[in-house]
Amino acid sequence: MDVDLILRVYPYFLEAAVVTIELSVLTILLGLLCGAAGAWARLSRFALLRFAGAAYVSVFRGTPALIQLFLLYFGGPQVGIQLDAFEAGVIGLGVNIGAYMTETMRGAIVAVDHGQGEAARTLGLSRAQSFRKVVLPQALRLMIRPLGVNINAQIKGTALVAAISVVELTYTAQRYIGSTYKPFEMFLLAGVLYLIIITVVGKGISFLDRRVRLQ
Amino acid sequence: MTETRPFVEIRHAKKSYGSLEVLKDISLTVDRGEIVAIIGPSGSGKSTLLRAINDLDPLTGGEVILDGTQVNKALPHRQYEKHINQMRQQIGMVFQHFNLFPHLTVRDNVVMAPKLLKGISEDAAQKLAEEQLAHVGMLERIDYYPSQLSGGQKQRVAIARALAMKPKLMLFDEATSALDPELVEEVNQVMKTLAQEHMTMIIVTHEMEFAADVCDRVIFMDGGVVVEEGPPSIVFQNPTQPRTRDFLRKHLSQYEKEK
Repeated sequence: MDVDLILRVYPYFLEAAVVTIELSVLTILLGLLCGAAGAWARLSRFALLRFAGAAYVSVFRGTPALIQLFLLYFGGPQVGIQLDAFEAGVIGLGVNIGAYMTETMRGAIVAVDHGQGEAARTLGLSRAQSFRKVVLPQALRLMIRPLGVNINAQIKGTALVAAISVVELTYTAQRYIGSTYKPFEMFLLAGVLYLIIITVVGKGISFLDRRVRLQ
Repeated sequence: MTETRPFVEIRHAKKSYGSLEVLKDISLTVDRGEIVAIIGPSGSGKSTLLRAINDLDPLTGGEVILDGTQVNKALPHRQYEKHINQMRQQIGMVFQHFNLFPHLTVRDNVVMAPKLLKGISEDAAQKLAEEQLAHVGMLERIDYYPSQLSGGQKQRVAIARALAMKPKLMLFDEATSALDPELVEEVNQVMKTLAQEHMTMIIVTHEMEFAADVCDRVIFMDGGVVVEEGPPSIVFQNPTQPRTRDFLRKHLSQYEKEK
């Protein structure tokens, strides 16, 4: 193993890791927004909204994220959607992970004991008040861990944007292999950096989960 | 002014799930300050009837009227929501499984609804919480979370939570059925106190002794109809209907054995 090479190139990999982190943060934020909207739609009183929510989930979970990304980035201009690679990566992957988060959030809301909403309604709270004050605070606690699973998957999933030439970790590794012919070192370095990011985020999620958990 | 109408009036209550009739044309009335027990075997419809009173389980036919206002009015969605929330503020309910809010302290369990719905100040909320919790003997647990309480304590807090809305009527849905036997008495005591204060109460229960002790009237339901009703002294000692006798033989003998 060429340790000198690793020491020489790792600053460039750190820069690329920052891009991976930016991509992760932006896609996860967009995913949470889409997930909240999707969960709201799936639990709506209105059949049309429920249908729209279910369609969103089945389309985006039912096709490869890479195809969605290619469709948006390469196919988009054909229908008048002009995005640079980074924008296409954030939007494509954010909307994709949003479909998984929709199911996570819906599951957590549905998992709150039915008697909770009932007790709130019995006191005279409106549907909205009972959701906001009683069901949601409990659902948020229930969804931290499963959302952590989605977030973990999404951080690794940002590697897909290497395929549309966003200069993040995976793409950087591939580029340096082109000039150094050392795939083992380059992929190993990229892998270690992913592992560090994922471990830190995972610890953060576990900490948050323990802090707010209900006995 | 004398009241010409009963306080709670249930008229021709019917409820069915598909072809299964759970309530078959039940009519009954409850007077102000009266304490009524509803007894009967599982599946007799007693809980369904109780939950129809605040429209938690809407009837498929018939009317529920509280103090002159129909509870289960057929209204467009928004108007119905407004109406039913108003009505439910006047009807306290206590559940078998307590349904305390686990993310809130005992204090906030009690005052959340009054703060939200009546807009009372922090000071008034604190006073209300103390007053209601003292009433059920739970004042010293005001800062606890529900998970730190025993079943009996939870149920007493749940009663305080319902009372904090100053309801006109209290519904108890098997309030002691989920409790360990040694915790039943403390909840029964609280309910007896309410009885002495002339709260109107409708109590679905399996505890014949408590019903005989506290209630003015006992209603025996079976198969979705009221089979027999009357003062506990008559229903328990001299039931006229064979179905009532059957039911009581099983339950009272059980009680005798426990003694």
